[in-house]
Amino acid sequence: MGSSIFEKIWRAHHIDAIDADTDLILVDRVLLHERTGGVALKSLAEAGRSVLAPRQTFVTMDHVVDTRPGRTDDTIMPTGKAFITATREAAQAAGLTLFDLGDPAQGIVHVISPEMAIVLPGATLVCPDSHTCSQGALGALAWGIGSTAAEHALASSTLRVKRPKTMRITIDGTLVPGVTAKDLALHLIARFGSSGGAGHIVEYAGEAVSALDVEARLTLCNMATEFAAFTAIIAPDEKVFAYLKGRRFAPSGPDWDRAVAAWANLRSDDDAVFDTEHQVDAAEVAPMVTWGISPQQAVSLDGSVPSFDAVAARDPRELYDRALAYMDVAAGTSLVGLPIGAAFIGSCTNSRLSDLRRAAAILKGRKVAASVKAICVPGSTRVKAAAEAEGLDKIFTDAGFEWRESGCSMCFFSGGESFGYRQRVISSTNRNFESRQGPETRSHLASPETVAASAIAGMIADPRTLA
Amino acid sequence: MDKFDRLTAVAAPLLRDNIDTDAIIPSREMKSVSKRGLADGLFAGWRYQAIGGRDPSADFILNDPAYAQAQILLTGTNFGCGSSREHAAWALVEYGFRAIIAPSFNPIFRSNCVNNGIVPVELDAAAIAALAEQAGAAPVTVDLEQCLVSSPAGSWSFAMDGEARQMLLNGMDAIELTLSRKGAIEAFRTADAAARPWIYL
Repeated sequence: MGSSIFEKIWRAHHIDAIDADTDLILVDRVLLHERTGGVALKSLAEAGRSVLAPRQTFVTMDHVVDTRPGRTDDTIMPTGKAFITATREAAQAAGLTLFDLGDPAQGIVHVISPEMAIVLPGATLVCPDSHTCSQGALGALAWGIGSTAAEHALASSTLRVKRPKTMRITIDGTLVPGVTAKDLALHLIARFGSSGGAGHIVEYAGEAVSALDVEARLTLCNMATEFAAFTAIIAPDEKVFAYLKGRRFAPSGPDWDRAVAAWANLRSDDDAVFDTEHQVDAAEVAPMVTWGISPQQAVSLDGSVPSFDAVAARDPRELYDRALAYMDVAAGTSLVGLPIGAAFIGSCTNSRLSDLRRAAAILKGRKVAASVKAICVPGSTRVKAAAEAEGLDKIFTDAGFEWRESGCSMCFFSGGESFGYRQRVISSTNRNFESRQGPETRSHLASPETVAASAIAGMIADPRTLA
Repeated sequence: MDKFDRLTAVAAPLLRDNIDTDAIIPSREMKSVSKRGLADGLFAGWRYQAIGGRDPSADFILNDPAYAQAQILLTGTNFGCGSSREHAAWALVEYGFRAIIAPSFNPIFRSNCVNNGIVPVELDAAAIAALAEQAGAAPVTVDLEQCLVSSPAGSWSFAMDGEARQMLLNGMDAIELTLSRKGAIEAFRTADAAARPWIYL
């Protein structure tokens, strides 16, 4: 019997068995941010422990930093500065590579790691952040952990991990033009449910996945956590190797050739067996938008809020009713045409250069509706600079979008900036939980194109009517 | 970390699916770079009348005096989904919860529970509904030695992997246990550095 890509990486990092279910696994990279990483570093130091591999550990500022132009350590969030300064001091004391405010390499952890080839195919990478699964897009085994587990990884370069089951989702065929990786991610969560990947490492495979560029693969893998998966992974290919070559922490010279030769073996063997297999026809995937308070509560953009009977197999009555009341929608309400008060493009899901280009193509020569507060937050300082170099910032600001410094920003509400009480927001982010983006905000998740089109219309709109 | 062998306590039913860690501890309630001071923010969005306020919502289960001493939470599928913030587990344990009974847990949250002495018990939804039915009348017992949950409503056995069970039963520090294998880890890293030098910056 052959091996899956997951099994190959697991074996290569298997130091010892702890018991029948759990192994001691080597961790190649630890990434930290100021929200959950600072407390891990502080707790580690208080326990009298040190970082075993400081050169393999990276720290960034992304979660609570201000994203308004001219930012400093001060934050709109009342106590944000303490997170920034504590993390900075702890990172410096431990001798870690820090991408601080003002550093051209600063940005959202899951955006900058691929950008600098911190994540590599076949590597194990952890971060106390649930969206670490994004980085499986480059063929790494990358997963989110808690702060105590981060301390463990920092102190020992290992984790004790319960072996997950394996799942492969094969997406055959071709995505219809205008359908993005974000739509595919929402389609999969809507179809299999927000616990559909529970207990599994999910490999995305098939023609439609191979056709995605690296940034789109990052978007697809990003939402595996909304699916309760251990993490997601895509076999690395020539696109990934070409993407990584020459980046800051990528191997070079003879090491590059050696690495690529090793990475070329990182695919599931033809006779690999998975605990669970799903097949999806890419042609069935439409642009998607969420209507409720869980990412599984998503429908095609031209659809309407489902009846209870249509979702009863998965949404219990309590969740369904709570979602309708919270979102102020009714069964049969069509999503297109719902008036919005705000539009947000950003987050580790959809804030990379390709996302901004596609949104800008919709916005060019158009104006955001007067009733809409529209904000674009590039995923990294590097993305921001690249976008500005090709004039995208001007397109956004001419249309009426705010153009911000990079960070996680209003993907979540930490007590600082928000969209306002009960505001309806169309958002390129990953979570539509209650009060996620502000006090009782009503978040609708969608692609950057859909956010852009909706910002212009002042209501949820289909970007294909504007393209 | 406190050891856990057997607990008999009031169980509070909060039977909602997909309770996310933003609901368990909203980001706005994570005010300091600390594992403590979080209990007041537990379930803040549901527990208090207004965002940022502390006036209790009369209809939230933990504000019912009958459940004031609850140490066990009965809840729905995919509990602890969303953000990896360990603050969710820290808030629950500081509030007083030592066991959570749900049909399933988010994997990161489940590990965070084990690392903080909270027993994540998986039972099917029907068993949880039966426990919830009786929860106001009688306490629930979670026995980790026997892997058994019981109340006047009945008793149900549950499964837990050996590593998590050992950690919880003995209140062990995983980091200390792993560091006792430092020699093996160093030997593995040395051999690996020769095979994959690009990993070792």
